[in-house]
Amino acid sequence: MNFSADTRFHRQLFFFNGLLPALLILIDGWRGRLGVNPAEFITRTTGVLTLVFLMLTLLVTPLRKICGWSWLLKQRRLLGLYAFFYGLAHLLTYLAYDRDWQLQTVVGDVYKRPFIALGMFSFLLMVPLAVTSTNAMIKRLGGQRWAQLHRLTYYITIGGVLHYWAIVKSDVTYPLFFAAVLALLLGYRVVEGMKKARGASAPRAS
Amino acid sequence: TVAEPALQTALAADEKVNSFTDIAGYNNYYEFSTDKSAVAAKAKDFVTDPWSVQVGGLVQKPRTFDLADLLKFESVERIYRFRCVEGWSMVIPWVGFPLSKLLNQVGPLSAATHVAFETYYDIKQMPDSRHAGIDLPYVEGLRLDEAMHPLTLLATGLYGKTLPNQNGAPVRLVVPWKYGFKSIKSVVKITLMDREPPTTWSLANPGEYGFYSNVNPKVDHPRWSQAHERRIGEMGSRPTLMFNGYAEQVAHMYAGMDLSVDF
Repeated sequence: MNFSADTRFHRQLFFFNGLLPALLILIDGWRGRLGVNPAEFITRTTGVLTLVFLMLTLLVTPLRKICGWSWLLKQRRLLGLYAFFYGLAHLLTYLAYDRDWQLQTVVGDVYKRPFIALGMFSFLLMVPLAVTSTNAMIKRLGGQRWAQLHRLTYYITIGGVLHYWAIVKSDVTYPLFFAAVLALLLGYRVVEGMKKARGASAPRAS
Repeated sequence: TVAEPALQTALAADEKVNSFTDIAGYNNYYEFSTDKSAVAAKAKDFVTDPWSVQVGGLVQKPRTFDLADLLKFESVERIYRFRCVEGWSMVIPWVGFPLSKLLNQVGPLSAATHVAFETYYDIKQMPDSRHAGIDLPYVEGLRLDEAMHPLTLLATGLYGKTLPNQNGAPVRLVVPWKYGFKSIKSVVKITLMDREPPTTWSLANPGEYGFYSNVNPKVDHPRWSQAHERRIGEMGSRPTLMFNGYAEQVAHMYAGMDLSVDF
């Protein structure tokens, strides 16, 4: 069996594992095991999961180029959709538990609190990416334009990490961890881009 | 002063008291962990006996109280609302005695205007405090009239039991009309002063945490609203009360002050 070509198996693997955290939260919730402050737990967990899946989508390119795992590319949109899924869950917990579904207060909250604005900015940028995640949309936009649009992921992730950083009271260990991973992932792209630019401008050997 | 039985009726919040599991399982005690649900396990082996509280500064008779001395004070049960600055709250049945009783034993000098408190700190027993992100030992302070107020308690227990380590054993302050972080845990030092003492959270972030930190739904924390709170055990939110519902007892101490300036 050729493991690296088994796209269907990969799809099932990624699909199930992406769903697993949500299932665990539901089961724990059902059994009343989400701790003393379940609303806070769900909000924090879905937020962290959003960041994790965003980082995973950014990890695909380096792994593909460094390890030659080109099969990963076919699963990247699924990872991105999971980031959107957990981001949406995170937004809904905020609307339910923080805003009590008083949706008219959200605008004021975004205006008043920078960390809410950062989170909202990242979430809203994810919407067009989720909408254009189908094969039909790639065709319609054209590969290049689609890829360009989906580079918004960089800004979404930066916004997400800043959002996390801004809500922490004093212990920045976890936000720092995400910031370091993000710096590596983006740094890799900057270095690769510079190498490419240098290669392109250097006189070609004949 | 108000007689104790009358005080009890006035103070015992007629709201549902939180379970022992809630109160002892969700704690902000950064010396042990910044994860509220991890504190209980990490504080499990914290040594609280022997213990001594050094009371000094501007007093007639400076004195060190050991645990037995503290337990000699006649204890009362007080059911207080507890409102964390993070926006959650509980109702807690404390056991303890008014701080004023201890202060009266040492006799504050007339020059004393404020009281400073300090938490025990030992990095060997509190290795995770490296990640706390705040300077330790933890310090807090009150104005002398706040410290002498009959609501202000030194708690040595809750639910009729000895205070669990994660809740600030063996002795902690409880100031029910202020945000929870004012109610300093595991106290080792009480110093009477003639000026406002520094406090940990206002040192860490003066724009977000003031010296007074009275519960006030009208003055928002810069990063979140203080108008509502989530009572642990309830899913919806409830409006936050001025001075955490103790306005009748404490508002007079702040008459004439602009509470959005002295937040």
